[in-house]
Amino acid sequence: MASPAVASARGLTTTRTRPVASKTASGDTRTRLAVLWGTVGVLVLGAASMFIGVTDVSLPALLRGDTAAWEIFWVSRLPRTVAVVLAGMAVAVAGLIMQLMARNKFVEPSVVGTVESATMGILVATVAFPAASLFAKMGIASVFALLGTWLFLTVINRLPTRNTLLVPLVGIMLGGVIASVTTFFAYQFDLLQTLNTWMIGDFSGVIRGRYELLWIVAIMTAIGYFAADRFTVAGMGADFTTNLGLNYKSIMRVGMIIVALISAIVVTTVGALPFLGLVVPNLVSLFFGDNLRRAVPLTAIFGAGIVLICDILSRTIRFPYEVPVGMIMSVVGAILFLLLLLRTQRKEASRPRA
Amino acid sequence: MPRAQASGTGSVVPLSSTTTQRASRWPLSPAVLTTALAMLSVLAIVLFMTLDLKGNIGYILPRRAVKVGAMVLAAVAVGVSTLLFQTVTNNKILTPSIMGFDALYGLLQTSLVFTLGGSAWVAAPEAFKFVIELGLMIVFASVLYRWLFTGGNKSLHLTLLIGIVFGTFFRGISALLQRLMDPSEYIILQDLFFASFNQVDPTVLGIATLIVGIACFFAWRMRSTLDVMALGRDVSINLGVAHKSVVSRVLILCTALVATSTALVGPVTFFGLLVVSIGYLICRSYQHAWLLPIVCLLGVISLVAGQLILENVFGFASALSLVIEFVGGILFIVLLLKGSLK
Repeated sequence: MASPAVASARGLTTTRTRPVASKTASGDTRTRLAVLWGTVGVLVLGAASMFIGVTDVSLPALLRGDTAAWEIFWVSRLPRTVAVVLAGMAVAVAGLIMQLMARNKFVEPSVVGTVESATMGILVATVAFPAASLFAKMGIASVFALLGTWLFLTVINRLPTRNTLLVPLVGIMLGGVIASVTTFFAYQFDLLQTLNTWMIGDFSGVIRGRYELLWIVAIMTAIGYFAADRFTVAGMGADFTTNLGLNYKSIMRVGMIIVALISAIVVTTVGALPFLGLVVPNLVSLFFGDNLRRAVPLTAIFGAGIVLICDILSRTIRFPYEVPVGMIMSVVGAILFLLLLLRTQRKEASRPRA
Repeated sequence: MPRAQASGTGSVVPLSSTTTQRASRWPLSPAVLTTALAMLSVLAIVLFMTLDLKGNIGYILPRRAVKVGAMVLAAVAVGVSTLLFQTVTNNKILTPSIMGFDALYGLLQTSLVFTLGGSAWVAAPEAFKFVIELGLMIVFASVLYRWLFTGGNKSLHLTLLIGIVFGTFFRGISALLQRLMDPSEYIILQDLFFASFNQVDPTVLGIATLIVGIACFFAWRMRSTLDVMALGRDVSINLGVAHKSVVSRVLILCTALVATSTALVGPVTFFGLLVVSIGYLICRSYQHAWLLPIVCLLGVISLVAGQLILENVFGFASALSLVIEFVGGILFIVLLLKGSLK
C-alpha cells in the first residue's frame, strides 16, 4: 500500500506498471551492488581509520600480540571508529526522516533548529543540574530537541506559501534565534568555550566508555528503517494519512522522537555534524531514486562513509594535530549543498512554465 | 540627469495606496519624525557620555567618545548599506550580512593573515591594509553578488538560500584556516576580527569615518535614482535608469560600508534588517531623502541607547549584538511568515 504513495509523493508516475516494474528490477540489482560496495568501502575506510593516529598501532604489532598496541586498539581506536560509523549513519538517516516529515528536500536537524535546541538543552542541564549524569543531561537535551522540532513543524504549517526554499530558510532563522538565546546565556555563565565543543563535531575525545550511548542511535536508525514509508505517508498530510487508515499524530510523534533522540545523543557525545543529514539523502535520491526501502540503508552507509572520510582527513590534514571533524564537514557539506541548490535552479529554469 | 528622472517620477512613488493609509496611522510628517529622532539620538549620546562620570574625566571622556563614534559609524554603515541593498534587490528582507557579505570579509582577512603571515600583515600601516582588504572585497563581492542578483530567472528564495549557504561556507573555511594557523598568528587575527565597541583604534576610526562619509555622500546623491529603483527592475528600466550599472555601484557602496562596519564592530547579522524594517514602518514617505537619515538615526538610537540600557539597567557588558540577533531573528521569521518575501 505504501509504495504507490511513496512514488506519488515524490512526483513519480505510478500508472505505468510494467516499465516501472522492470526498472525496479534493474534498480534492485543496482542498489544491491551499491549496498555491497558501500559496505565494503565503509569496512575498508573503517579499518584504515583504526591505524591512523599519533601512537603507532600497526597490523604486525597487533598480530604479534603486542599488549600495548592492543590496549590502544581496544580503548581508543575501535571505539572511535565505531562512534564515527554510528553517528554518521544516524545523522544521515535522521535527515532523511526529517525530509519525509516536512516533505522538503532541503531540511535536516541542524538546518531546522533541532540541533540548536539540543545544545540549549545541554546548556540548561549544565547550568541547572551540574552534577547530573551524562544520561540525565542527554534526556534534557532530547526534550529540548523535541520541542525545537515541534516548533519548526508548527511554524512551517502556518507558512502562507509552501515554497520549497522558504521552508529551510525559516528553519535556518529559527535555529539562529535559538542559538542566539543559547549564546547569550552561555556568555553570561562563561560557558561559551564549552558550548563551542558541542556545536562543532569532534571525535577526538571518544574512548571506551564515552561513546556507548551511540548504540541507542543505532536502534533509532533501525526503527527509522522499518517506519520509513509511514513517514512519507504522514508527510502527505493528516487527511491523506487518516484515509489510508494510519494514525497521523502517532506517526509524527514517533518521527519527531527519533530525530530528536538522534540529534541530542550525537550532539552530547560528539557534537554537531553539519549538512550531513541534508547532503547524503539528497545524493542518494539523485543517484538511486526515491524508493525508501533502498534509500534508508544506502543513506546510512554513505553517511557513515562520508564521516569516515572526513574524520580521516581531520586527523591527517595537520598531522600530528587534529582538526575537529565538524569543521571539515561544514566546508565539504556547504559545497555539496550549494551544488544541489544550483542544480535545482538549473532544473527549474529548463522546466517549461506551467 | 538624475534630477530629471526624479521630477518625472515624483508622482509615481506615492502612487501605492498603502502610502496614504499609513499616513493616517503615523501622523508625524517625515520632517518632524527626523527631527524627533535626531533629538533622541543626541540625547542618547549625551547620556552615554556623561552618565556615571566619575574619576579621571580626562581619561574616561575620550575613551567614551571613541566608543560612541564607533557605534555611530557602525549604525550608519549598517543602516545605509541595508537600505540600499534592499532597494536594489527590490525586497524588504535581504540584508548584506544575511547574504554573507561580512562572512566574506572575515574569510578575506583570515586568508590574508594565513598566506602572508600575521606579523608581516600587522606591521603594515592600517590605511594600507584597509585599502587592500576593501579592494579585494569589492572584486569578490561584485563578481559573486552581481552573479546572484543580475543573473536573471533565479527566485528570491533561491538567491537568499544560496547567500546564506555561501555565508556558512565562508565561515567554515575561515574557521578551518584559523585552526590550521599558528596559534600566535591566530591571536593576531582574533584582534583584527572581534574588535568590539570597547577596543576601537582611533586611527581605524578615522579611516572608517572617511569611508562611511564618502559612501554616504554617494548614496545621498543617488537618492532620487534609488526612489526609482525601488519600483522594481522592469519599471525602473522603463523609466530610463541604467539598472545594471546602478546595481553594481550600489553593491560597491554596500561592500565598502559592510567592510567598514565589520572591521569596526564585528559581524551583526540582523541589525540592519531591524533598523530598516522599523524605518519603513514609521516613515510615511518612501523617498530615500527621508529614509536614509531616518534609518541612520534609528540605528544610532538603538545601538547607543541599547548599550546604555544594557550596561546601566541590566549590568551586562557587551551582549548587545546578541540581543539584536535575537529580536532581529524573530522579526525575520515574522516577515517570512507574513509573506513579505514573495
